[in-house]
Amino acid sequence: MRPTDTSNPDYFHKVVDCQWGCPAHTDVPEYIRMIAQARFSDAYMLNRVSNVFPAILGRVCDRPCEPVCRRGRIEDKPVAICRLKRVAADNRGDITDRLPRAGPKNGKRIACIGAGCASLTVANDLLPLGYEIVMFEKLDCTGGLMRSNIPAFRLPVAVLDEEINYIVDMGVDLRLNSPIDGMEKLLKENFDAIFVGTGAPRGKELNLPGRHDSEHIYIGIDWLESVAFEHTDKIGKKVLIIGVGNTAMDCCRTSLRLGADEVRVMARKPRGFFKASAWELDDAEEENVEIVVNHSPTEFVIENGKLVGMNFDLMEYDIDDKGRIQDTKTVGEQFLPCDDVILAIGQENAFPWIERDIGLEFDQWDVPIVDKTTYQSTLEGVFFGGDAAFGPENIIWAVEHGHQASISIHKHCHDESLTDRLPFAMNLSSAKMGIHEWSYSNDYDVKERRLMPHVSLKERFEKLNIEVELGFSAEQAATEVERCLNCDIQTVFTDNLCIECDACIDVCPVDCLTITENGPEEELRTRLTAPATNLDQDLFVSGKLPQTGRVMVKDEDLCVHCSLCAERCPTAAWDMQKFTLEIPYVEDEAADGLPAKEVA
Amino acid sequence: MSYISKPKISHPRLPKNELGLTARDYEGGMSTLCAGCGHDSITGAIVQAVFELSIPPHGLAKLSGIGCSSKTPAYFASESHGFNSVHGRMPSVATGANAVNGQLKYIGVSGDGDTLSIGVGQFIHAVRRNVNMLYIIENNGVYGLTKGQFSASADIGSKAKKGEENLQPPIDACLSALTLGGTFIARSFSGDRDQLVPILKAGLIHNGFALVDIISPCVTFNDHEGSTKSYEFTRQHYHPVIHADFVPPSEEIKAKYEEGEAMPVKLHDGTQIVLRKVGKGYDPTDRGAIFHYLDEHQKAGEIVTGLLYVDEAPPDLHAVNNLSSTPLASLSNDQLCPGNAALQKLQARFR
Ligand SMILES: Cc1cc2nc3c(=O)[nH]c(=O)nc-3n(C[C@H](O)[C@H](O)[C@H](O)COP(=O)(O)OP(=O)(O)OC[C@H]3O[C@@H](n4cnc5c(N)ncnc54)[C@H](O)[C@@H]3O)c2cc1C
Ligand SMILES: Cc1ncc(C[n+]2csc(CCOP(=O)(O)OP(=O)(O)O)c2C)c(N)n1
Ligand code: SF4
Ligand code: SF4
Ligand code: SF4
Ligand SMILES: [Mg+2]
Repeated sequence: MRPTDTSNPDYFHKVVDCQWGCPAHTDVPEYIRMIAQARFSDAYMLNRVSNVFPAILGRVCDRPCEPVCRRGRIEDKPVAICRLKRVAADNRGDITDRLPRAGPKNGKRIACIGAGCASLTVANDLLPLGYEIVMFEKLDCTGGLMRSNIPAFRLPVAVLDEEINYIVDMGVDLRLNSPIDGMEKLLKENFDAIFVGTGAPRGKELNLPGRHDSEHIYIGIDWLESVAFEHTDKIGKKVLIIGVGNTAMDCCRTSLRLGADEVRVMARKPRGFFKASAWELDDAEEENVEIVVNHSPTEFVIENGKLVGMNFDLMEYDIDDKGRIQDTKTVGEQFLPCDDVILAIGQENAFPWIERDIGLEFDQWDVPIVDKTTYQSTLEGVFFGGDAAFGPENIIWAVEHGHQASISIHKHCHDESLTDRLPFAMNLSSAKMGIHEWSYSNDYDVKERRLMPHVSLKERFEKLNIEVELGFSAEQAATEVERCLNCDIQTVFTDNLCIECDACIDVCPVDCLTITENGPEEELRTRLTAPATNLDQDLFVSGKLPQTGRVMVKDEDLCVHCSLCAERCPTAAWDMQKFTLEIPYVEDEAADGLPAKEVA
Repeated sequence: MSYISKPKISHPRLPKNELGLTARDYEGGMSTLCAGCGHDSITGAIVQAVFELSIPPHGLAKLSGIGCSSKTPAYFASESHGFNSVHGRMPSVATGANAVNGQLKYIGVSGDGDTLSIGVGQFIHAVRRNVNMLYIIENNGVYGLTKGQFSASADIGSKAKKGEENLQPPIDACLSALTLGGTFIARSFSGDRDQLVPILKAGLIHNGFALVDIISPCVTFNDHEGSTKSYEFTRQHYHPVIHADFVPPSEEIKAKYEEGEAMPVKLHDGTQIVLRKVGKGYDPTDRGAIFHYLDEHQKAGEIVTGLLYVDEAPPDLHAVNNLSSTPLASLSNDQLCPGNAALQKLQARFR
């Protein structure tokens, strides 16, 4: 293998699995250390830079960081990254004077359509640079699906309001009750750019016999919205939810709070194929929701004009050893009685209000064509982000889209190339404080993941908006922070210092290190100290070592960043260095180059 | 020296031996030696060797004298028996232990000072008696523990850290053992684990005294320019002549060797070691020739390494003295103390 180029920020970034896995690249280990030092406001602000809504995300983030957390490969359970984010938010002091402020006006006007998290992020990033943000929202409130669909028992309205207002109060020109019903008309208003953050508002239909013969069959996201806005306050005793994604989980739990007492979530496939996150399934099952597998709906049964139940085919699947379905069989039929049915089988984006002849192109699925780097549509100056861009995702992706679209909008307004963007950069600084002292808690703590305390089952159903999760106690937080392995404190190797004494190889608790002859990666992986079978994780390969010409190889997979290699190295060939990823935001782009026009 | 100890977690896919143990199960306490000491690397090689041989930890005894090297038994096989004797006296403790319990595997770990300076008299007799044990000299040319004075293995002309030269001739442990009838004589280097691990395994199985003299740089007092026992000097003057491939009894010799290049040697339990000649003109069976070879190369400043000599035939301490093959601790009281009549009979022999 070629010696690893650690000057490319991607190499060390990838070692910080959580940060690499987070769409917005939140600096997780750094904020966890701040929490450990009781610097909650600092931890909150650090989060806010990349994910904008720490208190919201600390409750409901889809947390792609957790399944990839290195701790989950050492033992079973990852660090409770998301819960710790909430700890930072819950315990922060008054941070209002640390929030960004609107800058002096630069004369550019941007239209944002929709007041969901994507548009709000654009406002957050562009207001400080002096842009005027005009935000058009169809409803009479901000927040998008965060307010209309995520139930208050998961995300309290007060939390939502507080973080949204940080942005709106910066000076957004917010126009509620203002649906945009034509793009052409808006284009004529001469905004410098338009950002479409209208989400994916259409719930998928299930066109089976009887679908339109009863008023007790609802589309999940519409039903949740009418509950959120208090148009709906009750439901029948027996409810069937069709589909087993996260929307289904919110529908079943909301049903229980509106008077249902027998709620079944109907899944076509077995467990393992569910779209819902494991923790959302756990939370629903804790509330005694029954999840019924291998039932494929065939018919809504209507008797005397009244919905009485549904018919299902009973399915059987042949699953191979890789967990893939090889064959599907129908082995029977079943009728299940019910009073109401909620369809939660997915969403799609829909743009009935965008004319198809204005140069904004749609693909064969009638989805606008949006560039994956610039977020620009085929119509110059019109950008998309959040669920509107590539279909339904989640809040953290919408935020990241917002950051990227802001950069593009700025460049568009300054006649710069949208693709000529600042790269990621990094900073490395030694974590050494003394002979055996490091600037972080390097010992491995064996404690298991802390469990989130919940409001009792009896209490939580008394009102619709009782938040179920109580947040970590101080003790729980103090324990959980120590579980983080500090993956951002990197092992940095200087090959010409190594005398090949093997001290590091022997001391490494997880056998990451090997000194050996170089070779092609596939072959090299077979002769390391311990099997290097996780191909998603890189091998570090040094240059030739001075005494024998062999190389130092590190398998990044399981390194627990304990610093023992650096401590045992007599020549400091290994050092532990704090890695900081420098993520370019629009303010960096603005500070960096002068606008191309002025240079010329 | 480190403030945190090695975390107990381990790689989830570590290989296991016949006893279901991993190499981690053969580790000991956290080393308090200087970071980068060759002795620690030898500890790593010992761990690997006893792990690969699937030696039950309770079937192993570790003995040592005094010195940095003699501290190392604390750093491996923490579940095994151990005895830390006074300076230079480990061979007699080992001889005694071996006499009363021939069932254990014995590993003696000593230093060049412990063995060749203060303990040379003891050492000589252990070789001569062919005590069944693996005897390791962690050879750094200095008294590491007492801050770097020259030991009896320091080469003429080798420089101490502050510059003074050693003027006295070294005692070469391997040459000495050759003249004393040693039955298993090897030299290796802490920095060459590929060579060292099979030698240690063969030494543990050899029926008799297995001497392994291992160059083991002292990073703190003897790893400078001018030292003949530094990492760099050793690598530059390293002269492997013979490599031992270790083939357990359950396996056949699979590797192909050129004719005349390899020599299989059967150890008493059926294990084979194949001695592969790397250096030209080396005959691992000819005691006299080896003596000259080592002597000449040593004068030329070369460090000859490998399993230099092995002879499985000579009887060990137990066989020569017709000792009980059952450990004394396992004998019944009647057998251990056969009574007044037996004593009278014994004493009669001396009248
Ligand atoms: C039931 C449910 C639960 C979810 N739970 C989670 C969760 O726990 N965690 C998570 O991360 N994600 C969750 N999501 C996904 C998440 O809510 C969305 O991915 C996210 O809100 C997308 O943000 P957005 O800004 O792109 O769009 P939205 O939040 O959909 O906001 C779009 C806004 O645009 C407005 N709008 C639409 N059309 C127009 C128009 N023509 N003119 C003016 N305004 C318009 C809408 O009224 C809305 O306010 C969930 C989604 C659902 C449906
Ligand atoms: C009877 C006695 N004499 C002297 C000493 C002091 N002493 C301690 S260790 C040592 C030398 C150890 O040298 P070596 O065996 O080479 O071990 P190293 O530390 O180099 O590994 C000496 C002389 C002692 N402990 N006991
Ligand atoms: S251990 Fe900590 S820093 Fe490392 S991946 Fe997990 S959360 Fe991130
Ligand atoms: S920090 Fe060094 S010793 Fe610790 S696990 Fe990583 S590579 Fe191994
Ligand atoms: S401890 Fe340092 S000098 Fe020794 S092998 Fe490791 S990196 Fe090289
Ligand atoms: Mg010594």
